[in-house]
Amino acid sequence: MLGYYLRLAWLSLKRTPAITLLMIGAIALGIGATTTTLTVYHRMSTNPIAHRNDVLRAVTLDSWSPDRPWDSDRPELPPPELTYRDAVAIAAGAPASRIVAMRKTSFTADPGAGRPPFLVEARLATRDFFAMFDVPFAYGTGWGGRADQNAEPVVVLSKETNGKLFGGENSVGRALKLDGREYRVIGVLADWQPTPKFYDLNNGEYDTPEDVFLPFALGAALDLQPAGNVNCWKAETLAGVHDLFGSNCVWHQLWAELRTPAEVQRFQGWIDGYVAEQQKLGRFPRKINNRLYDVDQWLERHKVVGRDSRVLLIVSFAFLAVCVLNVVGLLLSRFLGGAGSSAIRRALGASRGEIFRQHLVEVGLVGALAGLGGLALGALGLKALEQLYSSYDRLTHLDLAMVLAAIALAVLAGLLAGLYPAWRICRVQPASYLKTQ
Amino acid sequence: MLDMQHVTKVYRTDLVETHALRDFNLEVAEGEFVAVTGPSGSGKTTFLNIAGLLESADGGHYRLDGDDIGTLGDDARARIRNQKIGFIFQGFNLIPDLDVFDNVDVPLRYRGFAARERRSRIERSLELVGLAARMQHLPSQLSGGQQQRVAIARAIAGEPRFLLADEPTGNLDSLMARQIMDLLGEINRQGTTIILVTHDPELARRAHRNIHVMDGQVTDLKPFAARSGAAVA
Repeated sequence: MLGYYLRLAWLSLKRTPAITLLMIGAIALGIGATTTTLTVYHRMSTNPIAHRNDVLRAVTLDSWSPDRPWDSDRPELPPPELTYRDAVAIAAGAPASRIVAMRKTSFTADPGAGRPPFLVEARLATRDFFAMFDVPFAYGTGWGGRADQNAEPVVVLSKETNGKLFGGENSVGRALKLDGREYRVIGVLADWQPTPKFYDLNNGEYDTPEDVFLPFALGAALDLQPAGNVNCWKAETLAGVHDLFGSNCVWHQLWAELRTPAEVQRFQGWIDGYVAEQQKLGRFPRKINNRLYDVDQWLERHKVVGRDSRVLLIVSFAFLAVCVLNVVGLLLSRFLGGAGSSAIRRALGASRGEIFRQHLVEVGLVGALAGLGGLALGALGLKALEQLYSSYDRLTHLDLAMVLAAIALAVLAGLLAGLYPAWRICRVQPASYLKTQ
Repeated sequence: MLDMQHVTKVYRTDLVETHALRDFNLEVAEGEFVAVTGPSGSGKTTFLNIAGLLESADGGHYRLDGDDIGTLGDDARARIRNQKIGFIFQGFNLIPDLDVFDNVDVPLRYRGFAARERRSRIERSLELVGLAARMQHLPSQLSGGQQQRVAIARAIAGEPRFLLADEPTGNLDSLMARQIMDLLGEINRQGTTIILVTHDPELARRAHRNIHVMDGQVTDLKPFAARSGAAVA
């Protein structure tokens, strides 16, 4: 009967095009608003590496000031980043299946052939970065342990950078000049846009991944400037980059891959022991507070989804509810206007349930059409957000899940709006309408 | 086949209580063609609505084709309407959005017939009423007489045991009215029990017997002379 009901619904909607458009428009407006906010919320809150959530751990140590916590609103939290020496020591010694120490820097890239140089953001990381975070390669691979140990001048390019420098060709083996120094391309990434950029939420949570990736050891070997946040609590003389390496400033990210609870426990014990040793040497003036976070907890700790976004989402759903309430009135008058036809159907043998379902299919169709309209409005809303806030450009892409969610939400909104009118119409007494037909 | 005993129906508003049927008793045998006459407001349509399960009686007993109607729920009553009863109304009551074919199709849809079976029944019933060539027409494109014939085709497509007709010629000219009555006579001859509500004594005389209703009660159960040529029940 669904096909029959759909045909009846279509005929019914065609009969009163103005009211039909009004209903579709009302729900579409609500869906447009919710699609816009929901898309941003969905992109903000999605764990981009959920399938590895259980094994990846962000490592934090409380190396902060004895006089004040890192975050006075949440004094229990250690700083989200590590000092250079702690990152290096843990990466070198802690028992983990994989581990990565990393930080941001930047270079001026020289594309050669008379083209103007341009700035590239770079990530210095130990070799496990690519394997731990499931980074896809289009060409080549990442570097091995020897490159880490010897600070070899090798580089992995992002897909975009490779396009910019080498026209998207397989550039493995080609040379690239960064800050006047030559590096050999050993890998090119395929498309990789984790949103939020979970592995470094301290330096632009919605930024694109870096343009180039190089061995971590190059940072110390070449005294490469930090390009992200550097936070310090102690009065120290920092004449140059070199002084940063021995300072108590935190500016490195550290992640470990721990595959079993026992491995987590062993790792936690190791870093607690490490900090205890360091305390004997006069460092870590605060109580031992080393915390490991899985990716979900890490996103939550950084409040990646802001309160404003949650409020906006609630407001948009409230707006949708208002739209739905308006449609209830329109549907009620429309259905009762067509009560004669329903009375005829009842007289000819339709049960109340059949009349109810017929009308629900009609409102479902209204909802589906409104969903398409709402998607168009939502796309406009996202475009407007993108124009208004440049940092939102990676949060405003409608993916298939959102398209399906918007249509499902619209159909649900239509069904909710139609429940009461459909119930009313299925309760009409046929006899009272048939005489007056 | 149709058996009403002491049936009552009262319509109540805040101010008025109207006894539409009071101690209404009637039996109709299978294959009969019964005319129900009476002045306006006498209770004819209320009787037809209760007989057709469009309304419930407030009291008394009503059995139709062996079913005790008073004990049935709404779905069961809808099923009986669909399978055993055909309706013909004064105002035709066709669905304006649907063409002739789809109007006749309505009760068959709820009957759950397969598409081929529905098509065959629709074509057969439209042929019987002489409208096979108008299947794609909307009701608004037909004359009153044609619309009533579509309504008859719709009523008989499911081959019901009963046909309930409420002033089926009330909106038609005399020539068209005669054609419709001829058609009803033919349908009755094929075995369908017909109850015809009319205020026109001439039409009533074409039935096997006339039941006169006054103030919600049967006042006269009069067999007619065999003008229609049918046997008296």
